[in-house]
Amino acid sequence: MSPALGKDLLGLEPLCADDIRLILDTAEPFKEISERAIKKVPVLRGKTIVNLFFEASTRTRISFEFAEKRLSADTVNVATAASSVQKGETLVDTARNLEAMRIDMVVIRHGASGAAKFLADRIQSNVINAGDGKHEHPTQALLDLLTIRDRRPIEGSKVCIVGDVLHSRVARSNIWGLLKLGAEVAVCGPQSLLPLGIEQLGVRVFRRIEEAIEWADVLNVLRLQLERMQAGYVPSQREYYRVFGVTLERLERAPRGLLILHPGPMNRGVEIDSRVADGPHSVILNQVTNGVAVRMAVLYLLAGGRPELAEAAKGGPER
Amino acid sequence: MPPEERQLLLDDRALARTLHRMAQDILRQTPDPTLLVLIGVQRRGVELAARLAGEARAQSGAEVPRGALDITLYRDDLEVVGPRPLVGPTHLPVDLDGRHAWIVDDVLFTGRTVRAALDELVDFGRPARIGLAVLVDRGGRELPIQADVVGETVPTGSHDRVEVFVKELDGRDAVEVVRGAKVGV
Repeated sequence: MSPALGKDLLGLEPLCADDIRLILDTAEPFKEISERAIKKVPVLRGKTIVNLFFEASTRTRISFEFAEKRLSADTVNVATAASSVQKGETLVDTARNLEAMRIDMVVIRHGASGAAKFLADRIQSNVINAGDGKHEHPTQALLDLLTIRDRRPIEGSKVCIVGDVLHSRVARSNIWGLLKLGAEVAVCGPQSLLPLGIEQLGVRVFRRIEEAIEWADVLNVLRLQLERMQAGYVPSQREYYRVFGVTLERLERAPRGLLILHPGPMNRGVEIDSRVADGPHSVILNQVTNGVAVRMAVLYLLAGGRPELAEAAKGGPER
Repeated sequence: MPPEERQLLLDDRALARTLHRMAQDILRQTPDPTLLVLIGVQRRGVELAARLAGEARAQSGAEVPRGALDITLYRDDLEVVGPRPLVGPTHLPVDLDGRHAWIVDDVLFTGRTVRAALDELVDFGRPARIGLAVLVDRGGRELPIQADVVGETVPTGSHDRVEVFVKELDGRDAVEVVRGAKVGV
């Protein structure tokens, strides 16, 4: 394991392709655990994990919580609305107080880009980034990669990310992960919602959704957030759907194997047609299932052994 | 430091004979062969379970289901082994309730793998009986665990290794004992 996948998982940018493959390969056997009658293995017994969510989240928080519980960790959820964060406590004070209660890992979601790294640099516990501002959302990209890999090799696949790439940590993590694993990556969306100079990363830009659909093997359709309309990035939801919506009509000429991903929660009838979301191309619910397995793999790998004790335990493999 | 010394314990023909006899022993201790299920411990136990299932089927006429168990997540030494070992697949083909389940492994040493396998199996169901079949018992137990069927017994020290090779993974069938070069700790 390279040092990049050490104490924390902050993003996919610092990881190498082998680190990402290790996580995806480790996720494979974890899928089966969720199919068992007793969905639990004892591997993280006695570990305490705090889910520290400074932003609203349902899917990601529940997915992490299932992953933690299925590995037998003890978990505590801290939501900011009901915590001392409301009383003005700083991020680092909150974390240090939690650490004083002898926790082992923190899963953090925060509105500020870099919050996860800020925390990781200041506490000894493992830190997993569950989304920080517009920066990264590594476990979402990992579950997207796993979902693609279930159906086709990632290397050489043409993946187009559609929508609000500018504000999207999901897009950023996906671009890093896909490029490192050898996929061709494109983005498609209104010019106001695409970052300037994104071509320099080796990413193609499509201005028309029809061209993107014609080119792609995989479409990852991002959620259009309501705030973007208020801020004037997009004229209206109806206009967005008319120009960039992934509709059944637009998929008419798409190959049968085209995969449609969406990180959720979906705005049906805004970025995606209901008939597409529930149709044969959609692997959106597979993403949710894979999310638990990927998060179990990350928790397992980060919780790691202590190498200084490994020396003492030497004497051949246990049998 | 003296060099390692490698001894052949079983060649391919001896391994085949041993597996034949082990399958007989398993059937003798299983009153109803239709209830038999063989569960190999990753990695080489899985291949051995497949061979034993073939033998048992040839000898009894009953179809013998077999599974694979990866015990990594049930190990008691994960705190000290870092970086984390790779996890292999676990696959159990049938409901274990009421079955005569046999755990199959290549080498029995400390007994800690078997302890983990027992813990994992009971999370899958309640077999009527669980047996243990190992190709090589090398002594050195750290837990009160013994095998019901043993292919070969060979006393070893803590610096020795027992290496099992199977055609499916290694291209040849053999069991070798490597006598360790180290003396003392």
